[in-house]
Amino acid sequence: MSDIEQRVKKIVSEQLGANEADVKNESSFVDDLGADSLDTVELVMALEEEFDCEIPDEEAEKITTVQQAIDYVNSNLK
Amino acid sequence: MLKGQIALVTGASRGIGAAIALELAKQGATVIGTATTESGAAQISQALADVGGLGLALDVNDAAQIQAVLKSIADQFGDVSILVNNAGITRDTLLMRMKDADWDAVISTNLTSVYRMSQAVLRPMMKARTGRIINISSVVGHMGNAGQANYAAAKAGMAGFSRSLAAEVGSRGITVNCIAPGFIDTDMTRELPDNVREELLKRVPVNRFGDVADIAAAVVFLSSPSAGYITGETLHINGGMYMA
Repeated sequence: MSDIEQRVKKIVSEQLGANEADVKNESSFVDDLGADSLDTVELVMALEEEFDCEIPDEEAEKITTVQQAIDYVNSNLK
Repeated sequence: MLKGQIALVTGASRGIGAAIALELAKQGATVIGTATTESGAAQISQALADVGGLGLALDVNDAAQIQAVLKSIADQFGDVSILVNNAGITRDTLLMRMKDADWDAVISTNLTSVYRMSQAVLRPMMKARTGRIINISSVVGHMGNAGQANYAAAKAGMAGFSRSLAAEVGSRGITVNCIAPGFIDTDMTRELPDNVREELLKRVPVNRFGDVADIAAAVVFLSSPSAGYITGETLHINGGMYMA
């Protein structure tokens, strides 16, 4: 598991109160991990904090699974 | 009752804000009161010295200052768990005579500040899964008052803001409410001519002006764990002058 993947999964499990084992790459925040709209906003803010970046709203909307979050971080951070 | 809580009260150097800050501190909260001037802040520090609290200078119109003040509170005491948006100004004049500057100043200080302050304290409250935001509005926001279109608009705006935010963050244990004082005996109402005061009093069934302690007591209640099921509400405290 890459470092970024690990960090993303840790944040997801912390924010959504899910077991790290249940946080899989294909997991959907809402459908699989039970996130509500406020959870997803908090999650995006936690990612911004962890990776010291700002994720625009239109990009944030597209991040609905763990893999999408990993991909976003990978392609937008040096 | 409020031991371990960190309360932030804006506009706390005098009047209703000073009473709120003092009462929250007496109930065990660590209270940070803000005023626009350093001398006002020093006055608050002095008033709260014996009960546990501190005054800080803050212009609620300045987003950068808000961030700086919250950071210094977090570093020194911890995250704010009770926010009382009390700071407010008046620029009274009939609408025919009202200038853009009168309108803008009142909306910015009385309403936009509530947005800014609330947003700034929200993240730690969400993480903590608990929090209290209490906005001090006014009976005028509900009744209207000639010469106060700007003030009434700002105060009524607080109620809509509070209901919306209450809906957003209720699931996180954060409540958002307004307290709408009627005519309270403060510097502001003492400036009114005697005949105006007498006329006003005729409209108050309880037959006296409100005391700042009447408002402070309600803030303590809404801040307490017992008030956790009250949210998006406006509590009117006006001696029966206006019954919603």
